[in-house]
Amino acid sequence: MGLERTEAVVPIIDLARIYRSLRLIRRAEEEVARIYPSDKIKSPVHLSIGQEAIAVGVCDALRPEDVVSPTYRGHAAYLAKGGSLKLMMAELYGKVTGVAGGKGGSMHLIEMGHNVLGASAVVGTTIPVALGYALALKRAREPRVVAVFFGDGATEEGVFSESLNFAALQKLPVVFVCENNFYAIHTPIPKRWATQRLCERVATYGIPTHHIDDGDPLKIRDVVADAAARMRGGDGGPVFIECRTYRWREHVGPNEDFDAGYRRRADLEPWLAGDQVEIIGRRLPPGERAAIDAAIERELAEAVDFAETSPFPQREALYTHVYAGK
Amino acid sequence: MSMPESNQRLLTYVDALREAVAQEMRLDPRVFVFGLDVDDHKAIQGSTRGLLDEFGPERVFGTPLSEDAMTGVAIGAAMAGMRPIHVHIRMDFLMLAMNQLVNIAAKSHYMYDGQVRVPLVVRSMIGKSWGQGAQHSQGLHAMFMHVPGLKVVAPSNAHDAKGCMIAAIRDDNPVIFVEHRLLYSTDALVPEEAFEVPFGKARITMPGKDITIVGISNMMMECLRAHELLAEQGIEAEVIDPISLMPLDIDTIRKSAGRTGRLLVVDNAWTSCGASAEIIAGVAEALDGGRPIHMRRMGYAPTTCPTTPVLEDAFYPNAATIAGAAHAMVRPDKTWQPDPERAKLAYQVKFRGPF
Ligand SMILES: Cc1ncc(C[n+]2csc(CCOP(=O)(O)OP(=O)(O)O)c2C)c(N)n1
Ligand SMILES: [Mg+2]
Repeated sequence: MGLERTEAVVPIIDLARIYRSLRLIRRAEEEVARIYPSDKIKSPVHLSIGQEAIAVGVCDALRPEDVVSPTYRGHAAYLAKGGSLKLMMAELYGKVTGVAGGKGGSMHLIEMGHNVLGASAVVGTTIPVALGYALALKRAREPRVVAVFFGDGATEEGVFSESLNFAALQKLPVVFVCENNFYAIHTPIPKRWATQRLCERVATYGIPTHHIDDGDPLKIRDVVADAAARMRGGDGGPVFIECRTYRWREHVGPNEDFDAGYRRRADLEPWLAGDQVEIIGRRLPPGERAAIDAAIERELAEAVDFAETSPFPQREALYTHVYAGK
Repeated sequence: MSMPESNQRLLTYVDALREAVAQEMRLDPRVFVFGLDVDDHKAIQGSTRGLLDEFGPERVFGTPLSEDAMTGVAIGAAMAGMRPIHVHIRMDFLMLAMNQLVNIAAKSHYMYDGQVRVPLVVRSMIGKSWGQGAQHSQGLHAMFMHVPGLKVVAPSNAHDAKGCMIAAIRDDNPVIFVEHRLLYSTDALVPEEAFEVPFGKARITMPGKDITIVGISNMMMECLRAHELLAEQGIEAEVIDPISLMPLDIDTIRKSAGRTGRLLVVDNAWTSCGASAEIIAGVAEALDGGRPIHMRRMGYAPTTCPTTPVLEDAFYPNAATIAGAAHAMVRPDKTWQPDPERAKLAYQVKFRGPF
């Protein structure tokens, strides 16, 4: 029902933009996985393949001046917010031209120029940091919002609950985005939660909640757009969105892991059938889609070439940025 | 390592850890193992493999991502008479458990006048290489050495891993058990039966007369390789493994440094307020007007750990830099640097990431 409504009203230009972002992330990560066995990327990679639509839906509703806070599984949010593919690829290669000069790797992407806050490899740690950023924006009366991404596992950390309470109390302009892929590493939710009623739990803090179960980026976009409009510069307060999704590859690394025994390949099938990259792609005129695909391949080849040909940092770089200023 | 015994065999560090825990669990029904991912198919790099099958889910279980609360749970269970082993796949995650460890675990026996005990083992692994970077590579043992009530051990080989684990489980105090990812695949002769490596007793791993080198955790491997490189130059280094950091056997180190006149302490951590600083200070205080000793510390560069391999290489001491530093102390008039390629350890060449 909702789907038909959106199908009817979404202009091609929006679909093309969303498709481009989805496809770019998908292809970039497939490329990372292809390169990985060569050992040129000496960095743990947590791929978002299958989960792209959440970051894309959220970021499509945001303005350039809005802020996102990604996780270590952050290639998608980084790219969806406009982070540079070239600089990301160089970072994965450990090159001096990378977004963090090669010092951070895949788990610590950041690009303040596009308002992408730095990612952390310690689960949950970025949630209150994103709140602090939102607090500063609110104090400055700036009509900007912060979208903070985290997994289902992160909601188990004490800092998550503490952050919910504070964001609600202070009516902070924060969009909490839970990427619920049903697993924390290999442990499924029933082994970690007594009930699955996550939204209900969050609602008791006085935060409006939404859950979107099919990963439709257009639905996600609409929810975020409404919430952001309420928040901008006013007293709208936070919103919480649980987006169900599925991680197609292993927790960390480039491969599939259905032979490991902790989940079944059959569980992946409905998500393959509901692949948002395909679903949105099919709604575009074929010629337009092909042109987007071709442009992405060029961009990707350039990014890989940039990463490969960039130099490693000089050893002296080890000592820069330990302290700020003098 | 130790005296050859009839029933010793080569065992890897990871298997030694697993065997120690399994043997103690068979002996003592109060022992249980829990923590994130201890019961999945990767079994904390194999160190908890088989425990779930043998002892069942009441004694071997995973937890939600709630390190702070789970540490409190471990402490409470320990106070009630159980002997928990709480597992963390990285030492960095202990920062989420700091309040419970420092304010409750370390202090309860004292502040409640001996009415409760906290026989708790906190296992954690220091990571290295393959982009582990800022938050998956920290050796933070010194933070725990600072606090009375906590014991800290950092075994550097499979033999001590087993003996220290058994001693830690049997200890009536909270023990911070420091492992290193790159040690997991190393092997040593390990007795089959349960045995304890007592805390507070350092081992002279290699005797020598020219300089005393102390290596902590994984740095012990680098120091042993440095010992070989130095031997080729005619320098006999005495290599000491402190094994346990709190209590610390300063006496063995002090006596050795008194004999050689030179002390180089190499930690798998930063030097500032670190275990190396503590060891140097302990030896310096004991000098008491006697023969001066030339002392030096080595450790992580005073920076955050970067991911890119070129910078990461410069971040850590290694066999070549250790041998070079030792050589400069023994023969300050000569310059010599070993070939860094030759200084590489076999297991480093073998190791492939990501975890
Ligand atoms: C505080 C902390 N504990 C444990 C870990 C190890 N770890 C890394 S990712 C992860 C699972 C996180 O699951 P979730 O939040 O659902 O995110 P997902 O990886 O599924 O995207 C765990 C336990 C960590 N990095 N930080
Ligand atoms: Mg998850």
